[in-house]
Amino acid sequence: MNDTTGLGDDVQLITLDVNGTSYEVITAPRRTLVDVLRHDLRLTGTHVGCEHGICGACTVLVDGLPVRACLMFAAQAEGARITTVESLADPGTGELSDLQRAFTAHHGLQCGFCTPGFLMLAQGFLAERPEATKEDIREVVAANLCRCTGYQTIVEAIDACATARRSQRAMGAEEESCN
Amino acid sequence: MTSAKDDRLVGRSVARREDPRLLSGRGRFVDDIELPGMLHAQFVRSTVAHGTITEIDLTRVRQVPGVVAAFTAADLELGDITAQLGRPLSEFVPTAMPVLARDRVRYVGEPVAVVVARDPYLAEDGLEAAKVTYAPLPPITCEEQALAPDAPRVHAEAAGNTLVDVGLFATEGIDEIFDQAPCVVHVDVRTGRQNALPLETRGAVAQWDAREEQLVLHACTQTPHQVRTVASRCLRLDERAVRVIVPDMGGGFGLKCVVGREEIAAAAAALRLGRPVKWIEDRKDALSASFLAREQHYTARAAFDADGRILGLDADVVCDMGAYSCYPFTAGIEPLMASAEMPGVYKVPAYRVRGRAITTNKAPTAPYRGVSRPQYVMAMERLMERAARELRLDPVEIRRRNVITDFPYTGVNNITYDPGSYLESLDLCERALREAGWYDRQAAATAEGRHIGIGYSCFSERTGYGSAAFAQRKMEVVPGFDLAEVRMDTSGAVTATTGTISHGQSHETTMAQIVADTLHLDIAKVKLHQGDTDRITYGWGTFASRSIAVGGSAVRLAAAKLGDKLRAIAAAEWGIPPEDTELDRGRVRRRDDPDVALSYERLADTAYLTSHLLPKDIDPGLTATAVFDVHNDGTFSNATHGVVVELHEGTGQVEILAYFCVEDCGVAVNPQVVEGQCRGGIAQGISGALFEQITYDAQGEPSATSFMDYKVPTAQEIPEVVIHHLETPCAFTATGAKGAGEGGTIGAPAAVLNAVNDALRPTGVELDNTPITPETVHRALTPRTPEQTP
Repeated sequence: MNDTTGLGDDVQLITLDVNGTSYEVITAPRRTLVDVLRHDLRLTGTHVGCEHGICGACTVLVDGLPVRACLMFAAQAEGARITTVESLADPGTGELSDLQRAFTAHHGLQCGFCTPGFLMLAQGFLAERPEATKEDIREVVAANLCRCTGYQTIVEAIDACATARRSQRAMGAEEESCN
Repeated sequence: MTSAKDDRLVGRSVARREDPRLLSGRGRFVDDIELPGMLHAQFVRSTVAHGTITEIDLTRVRQVPGVVAAFTAADLELGDITAQLGRPLSEFVPTAMPVLARDRVRYVGEPVAVVVARDPYLAEDGLEAAKVTYAPLPPITCEEQALAPDAPRVHAEAAGNTLVDVGLFATEGIDEIFDQAPCVVHVDVRTGRQNALPLETRGAVAQWDAREEQLVLHACTQTPHQVRTVASRCLRLDERAVRVIVPDMGGGFGLKCVVGREEIAAAAAALRLGRPVKWIEDRKDALSASFLAREQHYTARAAFDADGRILGLDADVVCDMGAYSCYPFTAGIEPLMASAEMPGVYKVPAYRVRGRAITTNKAPTAPYRGVSRPQYVMAMERLMERAARELRLDPVEIRRRNVITDFPYTGVNNITYDPGSYLESLDLCERALREAGWYDRQAAATAEGRHIGIGYSCFSERTGYGSAAFAQRKMEVVPGFDLAEVRMDTSGAVTATTGTISHGQSHETTMAQIVADTLHLDIAKVKLHQGDTDRITYGWGTFASRSIAVGGSAVRLAAAKLGDKLRAIAAAEWGIPPEDTELDRGRVRRRDDPDVALSYERLADTAYLTSHLLPKDIDPGLTATAVFDVHNDGTFSNATHGVVVELHEGTGQVEILAYFCVEDCGVAVNPQVVEGQCRGGIAQGISGALFEQITYDAQGEPSATSFMDYKVPTAQEIPEVVIHHLETPCAFTATGAKGAGEGGTIGAPAAVLNAVNDALRPTGVELDNTPITPETVHRALTPRTPEQTP
């Protein structure tokens, strides 16, 4: 057998847009998006916790919406914009985003394994629903599993980030109206 | 230690130093490790609970495209993993756990063969082609079957399917005490089989390093040095020829503190094939075929006087350990822990206990956060509640009359408890609930016909188990001490090592806080190494809430020694005694003239680069090591939990309305980290009380193999927790800290169960078992006509 990819004979070439970079990947059709991100593109920030769509550790954004990358074949993500946890910090300085900083301030992570999933869930959700209340956040956060924190500090971190963003926007709007 | 009080980092919620990497996807977990030429292992697992293997045919497996090899136990010729207690055969029966099953399987999911392929998907293809034939034997799936006369044996050598049978205590005259007591209450407490369930499953990457002549095993373990020992023995390598490295770890909760079979098998495959081999456990295997926990049964009675004071406690504890005894702790860990510590925070003058570990055809168990204490606390707290009802006493008042108040206190179990705040935490917890208005709300709700209950649990947890405390169990492998090294380089930067290993507990921050304070050094100058057997001389890893109490103390002592050396070098240069110098913000200064100081960089330069200038009695270099052990019975953190629940009539759902925790872990090195440990522990404890359970059918098939069947609570089920801290500094540790990892898990189940029972008070139903299912609650709340009553 002349297969050099280690993937078997049935392979395809796909193009993925991840964090604004375009990647060409030779992959098997049955390979999940999370495996391609982690093992082919070496973007290992996204984690695998259950492989059946419950724990949410593999959450990434696909066209801005949170998606479980273990439930999607990589080939299905062609043509979409994929965003992973590696995109959140400033690429130049490495400075953490406001959401990431809120997680630190509120001790919203312990072992950190589920954290990328929660960050991407929150990132997608707050973009859609900047006015979300703490109760809304708690409901959405219930989509993912964390085994360390008891969730309270995750909810508080996301709520604090949303509140800070709203007050910043309000200040911005005020400044604009003054000008 | 000369730093001014307000400069100190210990006691402050210093921001976690591990966060930036974990938040930006730069953490490195086992599955993130990729090596050139790496292969992937998966395990053929038993489909029957009990049987002899009549044939293993891997011919077709080896023909699957991408499969490189497939091995059985016979192919790998590995030694067994056998955990031992130094007890007579009447008390302990050792059982060998082969790395791969040889001729017999004892639970569904037991590894029978390992398949190695170029890719994990292809390895799974290989599994499907395996043909294993079994001659089934009758499975033992519950305590009643295991202990039945003439029951088939899970292990031929274990008569009565009993691995451990020990009566640790039997106060003389205890029967008379029970005969004469004005009040005797009984409980029959059972707790469900659970999975500790770290979000990251187990895993390993094994590689033979030809240059170092060393097996490098990246493993997801809480006890790297112990994995090294077992790997070297099973693989017949010198211990120095095995290096175990633990990268970032996604939780452990005890499940990863025992040595698993799969990492050893993966290592053996890597040695055979001369190529790196990775094994990552999938969630199905993690749920059903990994180590489980918790299934215990307490039949207990307590005698009280008319005022509600305990006169005696008599308990029979049966722990269902599953198919094998775990290494190194053995099947004794649960019954011996329960037997030794069951009186808990209460003054119990007479005590008798029998503790048994039984073996069944279910996945083996490992310690899980709390180890027996969630269960014995539940039994004790149920006894308290039942006696309070019988004697018409307030549930808090009966506890108040019984908790230990004079320290140090030596109990009937021969344990000396170090000072704690048992009564204070109880009082504060009750006051917090009253002040928050929960008693008023309960009264109002009851008047409206709603079912609101308030429940408490009071407990202490032994945390600083030194080797003396572990040796009492007669383990042949005795954990307890820890070893630290602190070294400074010529730039004045410090590297500390610890034999403990963080899997979420923030050691990189808290240990650095301890070092920075001790050396009076900027925390940015301190880095921690953990989890590498070639970098860390020895250590016992992280379990039993020991890291800060024991490991942190070793770090503290090593840092202090290094500080002494810095002072000695400076003193020699000044020609004054070292006592006349002190550490001050990265410098050593003269006490008599504080403006005269030498920076650490300057002293390190002398120690390494111009060591000829050192006096003869000072060795070159700046390293210091220290060993710390707790030589007495250990340290005891304590807490009171108070919880408010509402029961919903239509659904039987238990809703938690409020949760209060008053905890005392001595000096809290980082209060935010301590709170994180409390909250996480409480979530797991609530989950044990209300949700999680793995049951087995009559054939020994586990009920929960995915998150569709195993309920892990989400942010919707876990309430906000109000935490109050008390601080009784510990005299036995160098940091004043006790452990803080397990308390939440220990206290929550009993508190929730008591709250549910309080809410059920008008129905007359009392529940003693967990998980408390909606069916149970619904049945209790639904009035039955006489015909419906069984």
